[in-house]
Amino acid sequence: MATLKKDPAQEVTRVLERYNRNPARMNEILQDLQDVFRYLPREVLQEVARQTHAPINRIYHIATFYKAFHLEPRGETVITVCTGTACHVRGSYRTLDMLSERLGIPAGGTTKDMKYTLDTVGCVGACALGPLVIVNGKYTGHVTAEKVDKLLKEIGANATASE
Amino acid sequence: MQRLQSKQALEDLHQHLQAAREKTERYISVCTGTGCLANGAGEVLEALRREIDSAGLDVDVKAAGAGLIRGTGCHGFCGQGPLVVIFPEKIFYQRVKPKDAASIVKKTLVNGEVVNRLLYKDPNTGEPILHEHEIPYYKGQKRLLMSANGHIDPKSIEDYIAIGGYQALAKALTEMQPAAIIKEVTDAGLRGRGGAGFPTGWKWADAAKHESKVKYLVCNADEGDPGAYMDRSLLEGNPHSVIEGMIIGAWAVGATKGYIYVRKEYPLAMDNATKAIKDATAMGLLGDDILGTGFSFNIEIARGGGAFVAGESSALMASIMGQAAEPRSKYIHATQSGLYNKPTVLNNVETWANVPLIIKNGADWYAGIGTKTSKGTKIFSLVGDVKDTGLVEVPMGATLREVIFDIGGGIANDRKFKAVQTGGPSGGVLPESMLDMPIDFDNLAEVGSMMGSGGMIVMDEHTCMVDVARYYIEFLSRESCGKCTPCREGLRQMLDILTRITRGDATMDDLALLEELAVVVKEASLCGLGQTAPNPVLSTLKYFREEYEAHILEKRCPAGVCTELIHYEVIPEACTGCYLCKVRCPVEAIEGKPKEIHKIDQSKCIKCGVCMDVCRYDAIKVE
Repeated sequence: MATLKKDPAQEVTRVLERYNRNPARMNEILQDLQDVFRYLPREVLQEVARQTHAPINRIYHIATFYKAFHLEPRGETVITVCTGTACHVRGSYRTLDMLSERLGIPAGGTTKDMKYTLDTVGCVGACALGPLVIVNGKYTGHVTAEKVDKLLKEIGANATASE
Repeated sequence: MQRLQSKQALEDLHQHLQAAREKTERYISVCTGTGCLANGAGEVLEALRREIDSAGLDVDVKAAGAGLIRGTGCHGFCGQGPLVVIFPEKIFYQRVKPKDAASIVKKTLVNGEVVNRLLYKDPNTGEPILHEHEIPYYKGQKRLLMSANGHIDPKSIEDYIAIGGYQALAKALTEMQPAAIIKEVTDAGLRGRGGAGFPTGWKWADAAKHESKVKYLVCNADEGDPGAYMDRSLLEGNPHSVIEGMIIGAWAVGATKGYIYVRKEYPLAMDNATKAIKDATAMGLLGDDILGTGFSFNIEIARGGGAFVAGESSALMASIMGQAAEPRSKYIHATQSGLYNKPTVLNNVETWANVPLIIKNGADWYAGIGTKTSKGTKIFSLVGDVKDTGLVEVPMGATLREVIFDIGGGIANDRKFKAVQTGGPSGGVLPESMLDMPIDFDNLAEVGSMMGSGGMIVMDEHTCMVDVARYYIEFLSRESCGKCTPCREGLRQMLDILTRITRGDATMDDLALLEELAVVVKEASLCGLGQTAPNPVLSTLKYFREEYEAHILEKRCPAGVCTELIHYEVIPEACTGCYLCKVRCPVEAIEGKPKEIHKIDQSKCIKCGVCMDVCRYDAIKVE
């Protein structure tokens, strides 16, 4: 695993102070830490446990419970396919299959070069735009399977068929 | 911001702001809800501002203390965004792009002409429609909760006060005893908009009854139902209406602190609610000594972490306390012992937003809207295979047909209606024969679905009902917290059977087992998630059983969805040999030369359906 660019101890202290070290805010504390590191590295979770005097299993319980948290490093570009019902009936599963095929990774996976992560989300409530794909937070609507190559081209990904 | 010390101070400010607004009756409302923003509404707003600036149009308006342009909350007509409405005429422009800003300003604002190309066209007649209120989509609605969304900037507390905001709160605090408020809400017949339709007045009365120095209120904005987003739009587009409802509720039950639990996926709702709390506190409408009455109440935002089960009340409270969102069995009501073991009232966003309306207009007025057992209006998110997508607010008792066909314009791409799913993963799928049923809590429950939070997903003939059932069970099995066995294991087994059915690997015995499991999960699960989880399966089995049987007995997916059971073929008579599908096929599975009939190599085909999507001659069929 690559070494972390920021110091866990320092960042954890900073975030904990933001919430007055209130353990009831653990959900938000971990969300903020994830914003810093883009995922929740083991060192960071250990540091949270150490500084809050909480058992590590309590921290892991929360970090593994909520969908928002990622325990593995994420790619530079995160491509999220909305799989809400409205998107599903408009064929988002085909969009997801096509992205998976093109990037050569399953949903939830990250390319070996750490460039792309393919993810899904339950629903973001932009149902009029379905099937919806979110690239690093930016929404693109009406991405049917046949528009996947165009989208990948726009974000600079290699759109040739993988073998 | 000046602190308002009394009811009179609020009234004076209201008069002042209203007068300023009336002086500037010309304004442009640009929808900046999440849907329109994703479509580029932010850029449209900027472009309009630039054009107006350079034309020098807003000098007078600015002098009067207002702006010519308002970036407002969600207008609800999400399928046509970005939306621009020009007042006072209510000229309605849709799908506006930044480059249209110049024409809008020069033609419409300066010369009073209409930009025809931006008008909405009736989906069935093709006639252009000039005004917002003439559009069938809006005409069929009764907008009480959503009415302010198009007129106010959600980040401006002044806008809310200008249209009469916080007057219900002032009335409640100065003219009504807590018991009178609870009676008003009870008499109004308000039922919880979050799902089950529990009477709100009962909850309040019970929490008021229990003595405690500390009591809590919670606003559930963890809208996790895929395909529903009315709570987001309310909190995002009119956050003060939700906050006002909560403060009135706090006064009624004697609560000291409130939480708004918002899911992480709704960043704009979170921002707007945070700003609203800050402004309301600064103006003395929230916090200590509200409007000089001595009553104090605070609200804090809690951020959810994206767990569907957190929408369940006891799980949500666990989450606020910094734990995993796991529910508990409810032998003691939260109204007696909820958050931190104190009496707690939890209501959904839309429920809270109804409260100021009831207090302002009275229980009789409110109870006059809706059906015998379900009062008021309900916002539905009308999505899926329908022509006009968006948020629809109708009185309880409107029929499914009115909502889907009169308001939504019918099925997209002129396909046939097949089913409508209401109530999200906890609800059911209803067939065409139910279209004329009036929608209310009890009718929906009776036919095996539920109101839920108001998702309404329209499905056309190309939707496979087994796949839909599988989709929901997969979602729920993933979201099951795992605390109780029937839900955790039962859903997993149900998913396994459903997956085998969609692959053509199941027998009729499996179907019997699926039904048996569904009943066990429903009866034995700990919380609402598990208890309602089998509904999508039970309702599709009830109304579309033949589709399950086709998958099992004939190894056939009649809707052409389940990939293991279908293949794509070229229809030779229709194929013109245009080459398009061959070029677009991602795996080079199509053989053929220009002007010759193409052929799909089934061994290479990945069944992505691109060929069918791109073919202009309907020459690809799915079998």
